[in-house]
Amino acid sequence: MPLDTRDIALPNWFMPAAMLCAVMFAASPILIAYAPFEGDMGVVSKIFYYHLPSAWMFLLGGIVCGVASVRYLTSGNPRHDRLAWAAAELVVLFGAITLVTGPLWARKTWGVWWTWDVRLTSSLVSWMLAVGYLLVRRYGGPGSDKLAAAMALFGMANVPFIYISVNFWRTIHPLTTVVPTLPTSFGIPLWFCTFTFLLLFVLLLRLRVRLEAQRSQLDAMYLLLDE
Amino acid sequence: MFMRTVWLIVRKDLTVEVRSREIAYTTLFFAVSCVLVFAFALVREGVPPQGASAAVLWIAILFAGNLALGRTFERERQSETLRALLLAPASRPAVYTGKLVGLVMLMSAAEVFLVPLIAFLFQEPLLRHPFRLATIVVAGTTGFAAVGTLFAAMLVRTRSRDMLLPLLLYTITVPVIIAGVGGTSSLLQAEVNDDVVRFWTVLLVCFDVVFVTIALWTFDAVMAEQ
Amino acid sequence: MIDFDEVHAEDVSHHFGRRRALSRVTFTARRGSILGLLGPNGAGKSTMLALLATLMRPSQGRIAYGDHHDRTDSAPIRARIGVLGHDLFLYPELTPFENLAFFAGLYGLHAPAAVASAALERAGLQDRSSDPVSSLSRGMRQRVALERALIQDPRLVLLDEPFTGLDDRSAAALTGRLVDLRARGAIVIVATHDLDLAEGLLNEALFLRDGRVVERRANPEGLRAVYRSIMARPQPNAAGQP
Repeated sequence: MPLDTRDIALPNWFMPAAMLCAVMFAASPILIAYAPFEGDMGVVSKIFYYHLPSAWMFLLGGIVCGVASVRYLTSGNPRHDRLAWAAAELVVLFGAITLVTGPLWARKTWGVWWTWDVRLTSSLVSWMLAVGYLLVRRYGGPGSDKLAAAMALFGMANVPFIYISVNFWRTIHPLTTVVPTLPTSFGIPLWFCTFTFLLLFVLLLRLRVRLEAQRSQLDAMYLLLDE
Repeated sequence: MFMRTVWLIVRKDLTVEVRSREIAYTTLFFAVSCVLVFAFALVREGVPPQGASAAVLWIAILFAGNLALGRTFERERQSETLRALLLAPASRPAVYTGKLVGLVMLMSAAEVFLVPLIAFLFQEPLLRHPFRLATIVVAGTTGFAAVGTLFAAMLVRTRSRDMLLPLLLYTITVPVIIAGVGGTSSLLQAEVNDDVVRFWTVLLVCFDVVFVTIALWTFDAVMAEQ
Repeated sequence: MIDFDEVHAEDVSHHFGRRRALSRVTFTARRGSILGLLGPNGAGKSTMLALLATLMRPSQGRIAYGDHHDRTDSAPIRARIGVLGHDLFLYPELTPFENLAFFAGLYGLHAPAAVASAALERAGLQDRSSDPVSSLSRGMRQRVALERALIQDPRLVLLDEPFTGLDDRSAAALTGRLVDLRARGAIVIVATHDLDLAEGLLNEALFLRDGRVVERRANPEGLRAVYRSIMARPQPNAAGQP
C-alpha cells in the first residue's frame, strides 16, 4: 500500500509564516493600545480586537470541518478526514477563546457575565457540538470517523436552525439591557489582529493535519511490517 | 420495494414490541417518573410555576426518547439482527425510514399518556388546542427521532454509546427543544398568537425535512463499515 | 436477478487500524463445491466471511462474484448471498414463521407466507411454528437460522462456525443440508475450527493463520493431522512483531 506522505513534509512557507505570526502577535498589543477608545466602553473595548477575530476563526473552522466532512463522506479519502478533525480542534480552541473573551467584555459593559445574546448562545451550542465531535473521535471506537463526519454535517446544517430558534426565542423574552453596537471603525488594529489570527489558524491547521498524517503513516508502516 | 421494506420493518418492530412490551412500558414509566421528579422540584406550596408544563413535556420527551432509542437498537444488537438487515438487498435508506417510523410511533404512543398527565399535575390547559399541539409534538418528535435513529444505528457496536448518544442528541436537537417549548408555551397563552405558533411549527417541519433528507443521504455511507 | 458461477478473492487484505486481520488472501470457490476456511481463533475467518458478504470493503485487493464486483451497488449481489453467523440473526420475540416471513419479504420474495411455511417444513419445525424463537433449543434455532439464510435460494452460502453448540444429531442434519446445497449447485464457504465435522465434507480446505493462507488442500483428508502440522510450524514473521 503506497504511503500517502503529502501532508507530512512542512511546506517552505511554514517557518517564515510562523515567525511572522509570532512577531505580529507580539506587536498586536502595541497597536491595540494606540487604537482610539470606543465610545464610553473605555479600555474594555480593546478585548474586541481579540474577541472578534477569534469568533471569525471559530466560524471558519466550522466551515472547513463541515466541508471536509462532507467530502470525506462522499469520497472516503482519509486526507479529508484528517482535515476535518484538525479543523474541529481549532473550532474548539477558537470557540473557547471567543466564549471566554465575550463574557469578560459583557461583564464590563452590561454588568452581567452572561446574557442570552443570540450570537453568544448560538456559538455556545455550536461549540458544544464541536466538543462532541472530538469526544466521538476519542471514545467512539472503530467507525467513529464516519460517525463524526456525519455529526459535523448535521452540526453544519444545524447552525441556521440554532440561530433562528435562539433569535426568535429571545425576542419573546426581551432583555432589560440593550445590546451595544460593535466598534464602528474597523480600523487598522482590527484588520491586523484578524490577519494575525488567520495566520495562526492556518499554521495550527497545517501542523495538526501533519500530526494525523504522521499517525496514519505509522499505522501503515506497522501494517507493512506485518506483510 | 422501498415502501414495502419500510412497512415490513415497522410491522416487525410493532410485533416485537407488542409481544414483549418492554420498551413501551419502560419508556412510559421513565417519562412519568421524570415528570414526577419535575413536579416535586417545581411545585411550591401546591402551586406549579407558570408555563412550566411546556418545559417539562419536552424534557420528558427528550429523556424518554433517548432511552427508547438506546433500547431499540440494543435489541437489534443482541442477535446481530441489524447486520441481517444490512445484509439484505433492501435499500439502506428504507431500513432507516422503517426504524424511524417505528420510533416515532412508539414515542407518540407514550406522549398520548404524557400530555394529559402533565396537564393534570401542572394544572395547565395543554389540551385546549389538541390538533395544533399534536402537530408540534409530532413534528418535534420526528426531528428528534430523525437525528437519533441515525446516531443510535451508528453507535450500536460502540462501547461508550450510552454516553455518546445523549451527548450528540442533546446538542443537535437544541432547535427542536427551543421550537417545541416555544410552540407549546404559546398555545398555553390565554390569547394564542397564531403567528408565533405557526412560526415554531414551520421551523420544526423544516428541521424534519432537512434532517431526514441528510440522514437518508448519509445512512449508507456511515453504515458501510459494520 | 444476477447469478455467478464462482467467487474469486484476489489478493485480499484487510486491517483494523494497526492490526492486520487478513493478508493477501487469494482463492476461488466454485459452483457446486464446499470450501472450508479453517484455523484457530483470530485467524481472520470471520473477517473474510464479512468481506465476502459485502458487509465491509477490503482494505486492499478485490472480491469478484463471477463478472460482478462489489462496487457502487452491492444490493443485487447481496440478494444472492445467504449468511449464517454464529449470532443467529433471529428476532427472539418472534415465532420462527414470523422471522422467516419477515426475511422472505425483505428479500423481495413473492408470497412470503408460503415460502416461510415451506422453509419451516424443511426445518421440521411446523409444530413449533407459533412459539417465540427464544423458547427453542439451540439446535432448533440453528435450523431456523439456516432456513432464514437460505430463504432466498442464494447462490453463495456463507457459514460462520455453524457447528457450535450442536449435538450430534443436529450436526449430522446440518452436514446433510450442506451436501444437499452443494448438489444443487450452491457455492458454500464454511468457516470452522471443528475439524472432525468438516472431515469428508470439504472439496477444498484453506488453512488460515494470522490472516494468511498457510496451506491449501483439495479434497482434504486427515484434517486434524494437517492442522497440527501447520500449527507446529514457527510463526512466519517472528522478528519485529509489534
